Amino acid sequence: MKIIVNGASHDTVATTLAGLLDELGHGQAKIATAVNEAFVPAAMREKQTLTMGDRIEIVAPRQGG
Amino acid sequence: MPIFYETEVNSRLMLGTAQYPSPAILAQAFKRSGAGIATVSVRREAGGERAGQDFWDLIADLGVKLLPNTAGCHSVREAVTTAQMARELFDTPWIKLEVIGHADTLQPDPFGLVEAARILTDDGFQVFPYCTEDLVLCDRLIEAGCRVLMPWGAPIGTGLGLNNVYGLRSLRAHFPDVPLVVDAGLGLPSQAAQAMELGYDAVLLNTAVAKAGDPALMAEGFARALEAGRFAFEADPMEPRDMAAPSTPVLGKAFLA
Repeated sequence: MKIIVNGASHDTVATTLAGLLDELGHGQAKIATAVNEAFVPAAMREKQTLTMGDRIEIVAPRQGG
Repeated sequence: MPIFYETEVNSRLMLGTAQYPSPAILAQAFKRSGAGIATVSVRREAGGERAGQDFWDLIADLGVKLLPNTAGCHSVREAVTTAQMARELFDTPWIKLEVIGHADTLQPDPFGLVEAARILTDDGFQVFPYCTEDLVLCDRLIEAGCRVLMPWGAPIGTGLGLNNVYGLRSLRAHFPDVPLVVDAGLGLPSQAAQAMELGYDAVLLNTAVAKAGDPALMAEGFARALEAGRFAFEADPMEPRDMAAPSTPVLGKAFLA
């Protein structure tokens, strides 16, 4: 299934957001997520199913002003 | 010391964490500045990348409160989603809300800012809005639930200082009980001192320190200027006047003509 991860096209076999994060190697990394511009809390990643064309954002802490 | 949303901080300096030559120099700058709050952001991360965790470890060692931002957001939805992700990552209800309205000046979008502030306040956030010194906008932000206002001194990264002293002074007069922070545009410690002399509660800066030749030394320079400016405000300065007035007594001067 083709989806968009952080702006780039990605082929995945995962059916949930949690499965996708495992597939991408995020493991227990300190990250936050959004699907189609809506925030998905960590506790909801197992239940968040993926659909072809979904736009996933995965972010982490960074420097800021 | 300033109180933001019932939390007292031990410094009038809020310091950004971006653009330093190295993590070690960032840490030195924070130590010399005595800053009580660090601004941070969220950005994309690839699987297996450790940048997020490394940065988290670095800022955890600073021992300061964290103020995540929504830097770079140009729409209400983008800013709200970014704030929600930041709250989960940094475990704080504080958010420095930026909704940018103009690409060249990075001027806040006042309409989007108020809308986003209302949404986030209703969602339990404690919003620090990056705004202009416009009195009507600031009134709307207070109505939306903001308990701090952060007007710009000048556009982000310019180092131009306080472009509209009259506007900032008016804002102070209109909101005597709201914590006010000059956010953005400061380049020199003297400009930070000027903000303190106007009665502002704190300043937020990043580039002026991070891009200095010696960031740690500049950080201490800002810290001392903030202290000097605040002393001046609390000391009730003299009124300026146009005509000269001799400070040495005229009475008793020897008549030598």
